[in-house]
Amino acid sequence: MATYDGVFDTLGLRNWCDGGSSGAPMSMADLLAQTSGTENTTSFWDFPFPSLDALHDACGAIPQTRDLTQGLEAGFLALRDGLRVVVDPLTQPLSWMLREMLYVMTQTPWFIMLPVLLLLVYAVTRAWKIVGLVALFLAILAFVDHYGYAMETLAIIFVCAFICVLIGVPIGILMSRSDRMQRIVIPILDMLQTLPPFVYLIPLIFLFSVTEPKLYGIAVILYAIVPVVRLTDLGIRLVDKDVIEAADAFGMTRNQKLFGVQIPLALPNIMAGVNQTIMMSLAMVVIASMVSAPGLGILVLRGIRNLELGVGLVAGFGIVVLAIALDRVTKAALARIDASQSSR
Amino acid sequence: MTDKNIKVSIRHLYKIFGEDPASALKDVKGGLSKADLLETRNHVLGLNDINVDIKEGEITVIMGLSGSGKSTLIRHLNRLIEPTAGEVLVEGEDILKWNTRRMRKLRRESMSMVFQKFALLPHRTVLENAGMALATRGRKRAEYEGEANKWLDRVGLGGYGGQYPHQLSGGQQQRVGIARALTSNSDIMLMDEAFSALDPLIRTDMQDLLLELQDELHKTIVFITHDLDEALKLADHLVILNNGAIVQQGEPQKILLDPADPYIEDFVADINRARVLRVRSVMEKTPPEGEVSGEVDHDATLESVIADAQGQMDRRFRVMRRGRAVGTIEMPEIMRALVPAKSSAEAEESSDTAA
Ligand SMILES: Nc1ncnc2c1ncn2[C@@H]1O[C@H](COP(=O)(O)OP(=O)(O)OP(=O)(O)O)[C@@H](O)[C@H]1O
Ligand SMILES: [Mg+2]
Repeated sequence: MATYDGVFDTLGLRNWCDGGSSGAPMSMADLLAQTSGTENTTSFWDFPFPSLDALHDACGAIPQTRDLTQGLEAGFLALRDGLRVVVDPLTQPLSWMLREMLYVMTQTPWFIMLPVLLLLVYAVTRAWKIVGLVALFLAILAFVDHYGYAMETLAIIFVCAFICVLIGVPIGILMSRSDRMQRIVIPILDMLQTLPPFVYLIPLIFLFSVTEPKLYGIAVILYAIVPVVRLTDLGIRLVDKDVIEAADAFGMTRNQKLFGVQIPLALPNIMAGVNQTIMMSLAMVVIASMVSAPGLGILVLRGIRNLELGVGLVAGFGIVVLAIALDRVTKAALARIDASQSSR
Repeated sequence: MTDKNIKVSIRHLYKIFGEDPASALKDVKGGLSKADLLETRNHVLGLNDINVDIKEGEITVIMGLSGSGKSTLIRHLNRLIEPTAGEVLVEGEDILKWNTRRMRKLRRESMSMVFQKFALLPHRTVLENAGMALATRGRKRAEYEGEANKWLDRVGLGGYGGQYPHQLSGGQQQRVGIARALTSNSDIMLMDEAFSALDPLIRTDMQDLLLELQDELHKTIVFITHDLDEALKLADHLVILNNGAIVQQGEPQKILLDPADPYIEDFVADINRARVLRVRSVMEKTPPEGEVSGEVDHDATLESVIADAQGQMDRRFRVMRRGRAVGTIEMPEIMRALVPAKSSAEAEESSDTAA
């Protein structure tokens, strides 16, 4: 007999316990106990914690832990269809954008794509040195035949970082305007930042099919949006109080103040947030290759799974090179903004 | 001179900082002091029953030590701070009853402000800063450019329009601040320690500039300072603030000759009276009969009269105002005026020791 039988007997719950499910499936422990036939020899040393499984042994009416996990799964599956009706159309543009971007960046011939990218670099940095650096890095990647993978990774980063800014900056602005909003959003940001990415990959897999790009798109965005939100909020709150007072004294409206004073003065901080968002997108794209995100991450994964050391190392090197390039470019853009208003 | 219109009028204004100003107000009206209020109720008494009439076309200077509530007071005039109780009348209307739209119009069109730390927009050029008030009203750059350039020229910054504020010196930045206020073409200018961040020489320049502009424009200016020399140089009407309450207000010369309070006596003790006091406030109001040593203007400083007299004590001057004799001044009177009136407390003390 089980350890906790006595408890239920003295409480007079025996009838309730045996009421329904005598034919319930056995737990693994029961099976083991049956085969080895050492049922009654539980020593004091093995005295079990009153867990669901242990209590179930004594009283059939109490569910097993297995029932809990299955119940959660069933509940989630039941919710899924409802959730999908709402979330699917909302996130559909993300799938679409990712597909298009991947298509454009991998299908355009390299001799067009590379100059376009370098022009883009020049446009945001205005520094030929950085253009040269990026050109060198991309050339190295292309030389070892990782050009296609690198373009896939970049395409995902561009789309996700863009959406992060698109959503994150307005959230940051709202937070800076209302302390209540800030109190609500900060715990959510903390949670997104501390949760290991694997944990929220699990529900996402259930919600969307693995073949859809938005699955990893959402994972990347959730992970990378935090810094741009935080730094937009911080940047606007840090704008010189005297300047804000002057704006008020000359009768600016809230919007004139926001777009004419606060955002321009918070821009260095916002750009620092964008830089971090891009770097975190890159980190997450690699992890998201486990849920079918294409790009260099796939190769790293192959290196781990098949113990192909060389493949993994080269792909890892590619990621480092991309990271340096992205960081340099966004930092240079940031420095440019700083220089144009180096009053403080 | 005395029958100028009252432009802004502050009536029984109270400001208490803290959790529950309304109930603290009752205690303050019941006579609780600033220190006691802070100790027993943890509220800060910012302003305590302020009454000031600000006359059109005059410079009203509000003076007080740090923490006396000057900035708090001036910010009530354009409602950057809301009072706990009281009224602020602009041309007879209580602006505290106005809605946001009307208030915004007032700030855009009739009141401009100059700040201690300049508070220019760092990401805009000097020209755009000067035109800020007009731009805020929705004017395009082409429309405000002329006006902004005119005032930049006027404050001595012609040709600097394309620079950014951080490329200018402190004095130049404050000139932009003044140009910004002038470009808005408002009749009231609020200046919160506008020259306090500048070094003494630049500061004198800026004071002269302000007086020169005022001669021409006759704005209603409220000027805040903690510097008595500056206050005496600029003020038509001087308000002295201490711990959030007015200790004395009136014509600066009167305050100097007849301080109402030991606090003000301390304040005026170190001033160079010869350079500040004017003949008109010391003279006898009857024109002289018989022999005089010369004529002096009624607005001349005592210093200049002493120089005219070459230090001789037996000189007598006819005081002239716009070509008419309005009074007499004798050297002994001047000498007496140069020594601050002894406060009653001090006088008693010295008589005690003598006895
Ligand atoms: N927001 C606030 N909350 C609480 N107390 C305040 C606040 N603003 C001002 N005070 C208090 O009100 C008093 C007056 O402050 P105020 O800034 O008007 O002084 P000030 O005369 O302008 O001094 P300074 O010459 O240093 O600028 C001070 O005691 C200050 O502590
Ligand atoms: Mg102040």
